[in-house]
Amino acid sequence: MSKPVFVVTEQRDGLFRKVSFEALSEGRRIADSLGSPVVAIIVGSGVEALAETAGHYGADRALVADSDIFINYSAEGYTKTILKAIQQVDPEIVLIPASSMGKDLAPRLAARLDCGLAADCIALAVDNGRVLAKRTMYANKILADVQFNSTLGIASLRPNIFPAAQPDTSRKATVEPLKVDISQTDLKAVVKELISGAGEKIDISEANVIVAGGRGMKGPDQFKILEKLAAVLKGAVGASRSAVDSGWRQHADQVGQTGKTVAPDIYIACGISGAIQHLAGMSSSKCIVAINKDPDAPIFQRADYGIVGDLFEVVPKLTDELKKVVE
Amino acid sequence: MKILVCVKQVPDTETRIKIGSDKKSIDATDINWILNPYDEYAVEEAIQIKEKQGDTIVTVISVGPERSVSALRTAVAMGADEAILVKTDDDAYLDSLAVAKALVSVIKELEFDLILCGKQAVDDDNLQVGPMVAELLELPCVTFIADLKLENGKATAKREIEGGTMVIETSLPAVLTAEKGLNEPRYPALRGIMMAKRKPIDERQLQYIEPKIDVVSVEYPPTRKGGKIVGEGAEAVPELVKLLKEEAKVI
Repeated sequence: MSKPVFVVTEQRDGLFRKVSFEALSEGRRIADSLGSPVVAIIVGSGVEALAETAGHYGADRALVADSDIFINYSAEGYTKTILKAIQQVDPEIVLIPASSMGKDLAPRLAARLDCGLAADCIALAVDNGRVLAKRTMYANKILADVQFNSTLGIASLRPNIFPAAQPDTSRKATVEPLKVDISQTDLKAVVKELISGAGEKIDISEANVIVAGGRGMKGPDQFKILEKLAAVLKGAVGASRSAVDSGWRQHADQVGQTGKTVAPDIYIACGISGAIQHLAGMSSSKCIVAINKDPDAPIFQRADYGIVGDLFEVVPKLTDELKKVVE
Repeated sequence: MKILVCVKQVPDTETRIKIGSDKKSIDATDINWILNPYDEYAVEEAIQIKEKQGDTIVTVISVGPERSVSALRTAVAMGADEAILVKTDDDAYLDSLAVAKALVSVIKELEFDLILCGKQAVDDDNLQVGPMVAELLELPCVTFIADLKLENGKATAKREIEGGTMVIETSLPAVLTAEKGLNEPRYPALRGIMMAKRKPIDERQLQYIEPKIDVVSVEYPPTRKGGKIVGEGAEAVPELVKLLKEEAKVI
């Protein structure tokens, strides 16, 4: 049997985030190709119950680091705990979601383990018992195949790319509690407060549907019509760089090279002409719809479907029509 | 206070990237090189700290080929005091860990109270160097900061996460990586640009560091098929909804 596939999961408030199901499912797939077990780690406070769920998604062993010290996220505490577990398990590869948590932890683990990190991967493959990773560079303008030059490798997985398997409730993971020997004095950086966004807002990097607005929106208030459309499709509202730079939307909503690279099922671009840096950030969306009054806008070259017209007429109509279909 | 800002020179985001003849790297000709946008926020933040509290030296450092000098000069023109280039060969391949190790070798010798980086370089999109530097130096690190306050030898930073913001307090020295929105980077004044041209750059030669990850090959992403214009104006909406449902099967 080959060395295990080690999956770092992510939870918030005692519930797995979707990216954990994606990572566990991909971990299972890779482990099956390697002929090796999946070892998952769950770090948090009051998270024992998640071990069973990890089993349903493919984990053979679930290591649970449950401690009050993890009520808030701590990069140092998480790194130390996960590092120790990795050293004990001695895996072939470590998979971690490329969420804001994973992007924070993965480089730290790689530096401590002196190993390669393939960041924000969009595909993994096994060749001759070795894991190869495909990732993007220049915000999707270039795809790169990378391989590890170290015995251990870490791959962080871009959210929304790797399909989550259907949970198999007959699968059981062996649950192994981990001893957490971290005290408050070990932590130099401490979370003092967690400010949640308005409601349970879906982040564009993890949304299945994105309705994005650009310069054509003409101002911040007009984004309300996009909010309405997004609400019908249970999606999130994104923005182009010019909309963000004009102060109409916050940077967390920006799609493109100095924003986020996204891959939703549906991307609806409203009043976005399609600058190279924006197209790069959204072109791996499964279905792209463009609404723009300029028939020559570059966005139409990338869109599956386009409507040439005034978005202030088209978007409300689209909202109404979709409401009928969805309900 | 001694602040170090780690910067990288990258192609302008409007550049059409072309694959090089080795099929492993990009063609470096016809590229407009700029200071990495996220590093601009880091440089600006350092200069604002200096302006606010005085008695501060801002040093910028880059690991890269000779052309990186122009990115360092941009930072000096904005207001940085000193610049260090850890020089690589023009076609050298370094992974993030190698860059972090190269930076750490210099940082260990000079010591800083605060190390600022951009959260990522918009070329390789690795988002690794900042936290790696922190781990190698055993310093605390806060990534993706959108706000920073320094008080009583501590830093309080706002870190953006999915659907919210964390407020994190850390002791110094620490490594912080800048997110867009941290500040509004200034355009260098003409006087700054003239002064930056004459600024001596502390150049050092990089000692070879073995990469832990290799690029086997690069390719262009699959091109999307030319779009279909469904129609004009609101009248085209029912047809679009039908296509989304029946052809694309996404709703």
